[in-house]
Amino acid sequence: MEHYISLLVKAIFVENMALAFFLGMCTFIAISKKVETAIGLGIAVVVVQTITVPANNLIYTYLLKDGALAWAGLPEVDLSFLGLLSYIGVIAAIVQILEMLLDKFVPSLYNALGVFLPLITVNCAIMAGSLFMVERDYNLPESVVYGIGSGISWALAIALLAAIREKLKYSDVPDGLQGLGITFITIGLMSLGFMSFSGVQL
Amino acid sequence: MSQPTIKSVLLDPIFNNNPIGLQILGICSALAVTTNLKTAVVMSIALTLVTGFSSLFISMIRAQIPSSIRMIVQMVIIASLVIVVDQVLKAYAYSLSKQLSVFVGLIITNCIVMGRAEAFAMSNKPVLSFFDGIGNGLGYSAMLIVIGVIRELFGAGKLMGYTIIPVVNDGGWYQPNGMLLLPPSAFFLIGLIIWALRSWKTEQVEAPDFRITENVKEKEAY
Repeated sequence: MEHYISLLVKAIFVENMALAFFLGMCTFIAISKKVETAIGLGIAVVVVQTITVPANNLIYTYLLKDGALAWAGLPEVDLSFLGLLSYIGVIAAIVQILEMLLDKFVPSLYNALGVFLPLITVNCAIMAGSLFMVERDYNLPESVVYGIGSGISWALAIALLAAIREKLKYSDVPDGLQGLGITFITIGLMSLGFMSFSGVQL
Repeated sequence: MSQPTIKSVLLDPIFNNNPIGLQILGICSALAVTTNLKTAVVMSIALTLVTGFSSLFISMIRAQIPSSIRMIVQMVIIASLVIVVDQVLKAYAYSLSKQLSVFVGLIITNCIVMGRAEAFAMSNKPVLSFFDGIGNGLGYSAMLIVIGVIRELFGAGKLMGYTIIPVVNDGGWYQPNGMLLLPPSAFFLIGLIIWALRSWKTEQVEAPDFRITENVKEKEAY
């Protein structure tokens, strides 16, 4: 149990998806002008990440890994080079299914998340979650925890940035730095803050 | 809008319409791989090739793609190209591919590739799309290489692994700025480069949401 808690804390704070690995930056910057939308997108990312990382873990262990097809009588087949293609396919498919399910059964949630779901397919943070999972050899329970943790880490970062940017628009920024430039510097400062967590040993 | 020519699509993205500086595309990988110049260069080449060829292929079959599933078709083409790049790197430069870790795979979700496929290749001829892809890749590369040079030169006193400025630890005179090797510095550098780029090309400046009004009290006092 302790192992999973430390994995969760590590995924949220120490290895923050947005601020330590710069993942999902495009959406991170584009959708962080309002706190409300940022939180909506953040929740969508947590949901998708929690489903896709374990799903890709299953696909990797039972279909792609070297010798994973032994159950089908093909012990020497190594399909790991198909990894990238299948992960992105799984992500796109899950996002699509999620969209349909939400539309059918929970329309209120669909209306809240609807616009963000298609955006998530191309969010690097989601893809990176699966790739990191493979690279670090997580097993199924670990990948569930990692999925939740990395999703929350991204959501936390975007909510914080949106809060800062909401206040920032009232300040007098030099012309050339206006908008994008100052946002980058803000993220840099946030990232500096989050680096203090990297000293935490778990 | 004027008709795009090969020259304009190739050169425009480098300064006038830089994918990182202006379009906010593909920043994720731009930051993570720039701690040294070598990975930055490899990443630039990989991305430029993928963008160019994915634009070329998508543009070639653009009339056949049904618009409802175009995203998936684009994704598959891009993913296949990235797999080729990944396998080549693993075969010929294994240590580099370990350093780049997941970031080669992340070219798939790099918004530049998708963005150009969607915005340009779907509505233009193959050759033109190819050069547009290459041009945008070069714009990205320019940014990446500038950041890579600054971070490696001033952070470690080296370029491509060769010592340029002898650092204090090895008996030289230069005290390296360790912060440049840490993640936040990349954000500051991009912020500053954008500032410089926009001071030079003022038409790129974004209008502020609120203008601070001039202080009028002083004048009234006289």
